[in-house]
Amino acid sequence: MEKKSMKGYLYLAPALIIILIFTIYPLIRAFMLSFMEDYNLVNGSYKGINLENYIDIFQDRHFIKALTNTGIYVVFVVPCSIALSLIIAVLLNSHIRFQGVFQTIFFLPYVTSTIAIGIVWGWIFNSDYGLLNQLLSWFGIKSIPWLTSKQYALPSLIIFSIWKSMAFDILIFLAGLQTISEDLYNAARVDSTPRWRVFWRITVPGIGPMISYAFVMGMINAFKVYNEVYALFRGKNGPAGSANTVVFYIYDKFYNQSKYGEASAAAVILFLIVLGLTIIQRTLTGKKE
Amino acid sequence: MNRKAGNVIANILKYGVLIIGALFTLMPFLWMILSAMKTNAEIRAIPPVFFPSKFSLENFTTAWKAAPFGRYLVNTLIVTVFNTIGVLITTILAAFAFARLNFPGKKVLLTLLLATMMIPSEMLLITNFITMTKLKWIDTYQAMIVPWLASVFYIYLLTQFFAQIPDALYLAAKVDKCRDFKYLIKIMIPINKGPITTITILNVISNWNSFVWPLLVTNSREMRVLSYGLVQFQTEEGSAYELIMAASCILVIPIMIMYLFLRKYIIEGVTQSGIKG
Repeated sequence: MEKKSMKGYLYLAPALIIILIFTIYPLIRAFMLSFMEDYNLVNGSYKGINLENYIDIFQDRHFIKALTNTGIYVVFVVPCSIALSLIIAVLLNSHIRFQGVFQTIFFLPYVTSTIAIGIVWGWIFNSDYGLLNQLLSWFGIKSIPWLTSKQYALPSLIIFSIWKSMAFDILIFLAGLQTISEDLYNAARVDSTPRWRVFWRITVPGIGPMISYAFVMGMINAFKVYNEVYALFRGKNGPAGSANTVVFYIYDKFYNQSKYGEASAAAVILFLIVLGLTIIQRTLTGKKE
Repeated sequence: MNRKAGNVIANILKYGVLIIGALFTLMPFLWMILSAMKTNAEIRAIPPVFFPSKFSLENFTTAWKAAPFGRYLVNTLIVTVFNTIGVLITTILAAFAFARLNFPGKKVLLTLLLATMMIPSEMLLITNFITMTKLKWIDTYQAMIVPWLASVFYIYLLTQFFAQIPDALYLAAKVDKCRDFKYLIKIMIPINKGPITTITILNVISNWNSFVWPLLVTNSREMRVLSYGLVQFQTEEGSAYELIMAASCILVIPIMIMYLFLRKYIIEGVTQSGIKG
């Protein structure tokens, strides 16, 4: 390698300047704002440096609701998406015809605008004219008020999100499956090992890191859900806030209510959750390698 | 039951599950396109009709006239093109520095940058919004373009590819008195056309689909991008779903077509993000 010089910084400068101004500075600023009581944007004044914002949000039932919703959302969306995606990916990997066509279809939701397709889902969920209730009526199920009742708002969001997140899961599972050596499967075939055993003993461990990655990414994305909610509920967070999410809460605090401190405190909590999940994921995959 | 019959049943099950899965995935797209061709009476039919009585594109022209979608499209294109050019410049230069040049603090800097990937962008929006207000950039193109001109993920991705180019090539160029910048332009970029295309496409898609930031930093109708224009259109049209679905098509179909032709690059890039973590 050639000797060290400062020339590298010349090449890095454009990227570094942008990252400093729009990533590093806002990160530090968000921490600072989260400790400032009653921060005023116009004159930059605040009442004091304390934990008031954090106390306020944890006493705010809307924030608690956002957190519990996210919890419910994670418990349903992440495992369902992973299980269904695993089935599809294993089938896709088993020497089938039209593999390319299927793969192209399954990945389509990933590149699609969440806002546009979310509006389409809103139409599918429509209780009077929607496709879903029509399909359900064939099975004798009465019309369900998907988006207009407190009870069904979160389930609607969960169905849409499973549909949306499977695309990514299928893609990385398939990529993982393709790295498992064919020899292992051949050896199992020679020993006539039952299929379910092959699945649990070869396939699952082989893509273990992918599964844990999908798990953590799914959880992180769950905490960031916003566009999905906005599109389904026409800019609202569900009937009576029944589909509120952490990010929805943050934007509402700072954009509609101009409560920058509380919004920042909620953003710091979001950051800590994401950080914690990432560290768990790194340790998990680190051990397996 | 003999082995052959077992295989047939296994195959039926296999393809059955895949086809049901594919239909579930495609269903919203099909429903969007079919609904966009229906008349208002067909949209409001109980029970719903599946196929429009005639395939007409009338709703598209009506929707296009009812709101300034032409303007939204131009805005989206301006933001996408300028942001993508900028992102490519910052990414290629930074990746070259990390992969090829030697400078003090390189390792620490790379580690720090990679750590920033863990920061949820939602956390940064509050301050960035305040910055835009102070710069008086609200309702301008630069507000939608400038804050997103650098991506650590793309830099990291391209650094990996740049680092694979053998040293010998660089040293030979040095002997010929080829300067670093010329080497980057003449050799590194052409050799790495594939990954650079991947980054370009991923960035175009994320610009095209971006919603929250344009929603925060634009106010006037003239500055709206397609995604923001679409939600406004939905609010204004209320329940004219045949028009709302036609408008949704305007946002979805161009990316769908691009995806069909360039899916190799897209899938490669996204898989990389999964494998590298």
